[in-house]
Amino acid sequence: MSERQIQLEVLRYNPETDSEPRYQTYSVPCMNEWVVLDALNYVKDNLDPTLSYRWSCHMAVCGSCGMMINGEPKLACKAFIHEYTDQVRVEPMANFPIERDLVTSVEDFIAKLACVKPYLIPKSDQPVSAGAFQQSPAELKKFKQYTLCINCMLCYAACPQYGLVPEFLGPAAISMAHRYNQDSRDGGRDQRQEVIASDEGVWECSFVGACSEVCPKHVDPAGALQQVKVASTLDWYKEHLMPWMKK
Amino acid sequence: MAKSNKPIFWGLFAAGGTVTAFVTPALALVTLIAAMRYSPDMFTYDAIHVFAAHWLGKLVIFGIILLSLWHAAHRTRVTVHDFGVRADSLVAIVVYALAGIGTLLTLVYLLRI
Repeated sequence: MSERQIQLEVLRYNPETDSEPRYQTYSVPCMNEWVVLDALNYVKDNLDPTLSYRWSCHMAVCGSCGMMINGEPKLACKAFIHEYTDQVRVEPMANFPIERDLVTSVEDFIAKLACVKPYLIPKSDQPVSAGAFQQSPAELKKFKQYTLCINCMLCYAACPQYGLVPEFLGPAAISMAHRYNQDSRDGGRDQRQEVIASDEGVWECSFVGACSEVCPKHVDPAGALQQVKVASTLDWYKEHLMPWMKK
Repeated sequence: MAKSNKPIFWGLFAAGGTVTAFVTPALALVTLIAAMRYSPDMFTYDAIHVFAAHWLGKLVIFGIILLSLWHAAHRTRVTVHDFGVRADSLVAIVVYALAGIGTLLTLVYLLRI
């Protein structure tokens, strides 16, 4: 097992003592198979216990350790040290307010996720005795990819449009709405469309595609948003040109 | 939140993108071949004139030009925004006006054939 000395340049910010963020460099002896999260853990355990960052599973499932690594939104647990030079810069996720060091405030995203109603809204009430809702493999395939989202918010850190227009609902929330809209068991599309077919919804997207490039779970949010645009456009033409089709 | 009216422009943009992706390269190739004087009888002035004089021909030509114009207009609007020009309303008015004028001229010229 080879070891390499890495200069880990970490953005630090303590709201109680600092007026603005600063960088602090740690010299970390990294094993070749380490990820950036291992290096941060080494710092916390051996060099500086005051360093704050979020992490939990260390296996790209919990979505907690999103940060900018050399300027790119990455999960620290999926960013292998051997892919970087001896200088690695670690910063909190772009487009989010910093709470402390690498910890960002995620309230905005959580509120947006909640407002698209990311849960099944059944078409009709069905007693438990009626059994489970049936779904075919083909019906499942229509949305399965979008269920893989782990809410890591890397897509928001990558989205230049979210950086410009903070009201934009953003890639993950709209993809999640699309996931439930595509579900054959769901009847809540009309409620979700009121939110995602608005100006601050899918129409703020200019299809840069950075969200899909940085997504660690290959959800392809940009693809989901394009599908939402097509469906919302068909809705618009139906509502305005064929009003008699209204329910 | 009210539903957006952006689908008007985006619908034309999406349909135009599909049409231009398929038709424009073919048209460019045919025009190039004709310009090099390799034009079969089908592409002579008279044959094309007959095509453009028929109502179905007019409709096809109008559809392709309309969608290409509105696609290009919306594409330009988004590209200008991506280049950092933060005057979306003004840009939108200018590019859509150009597309509108182009649409109107196409209609006038087609009806005069």
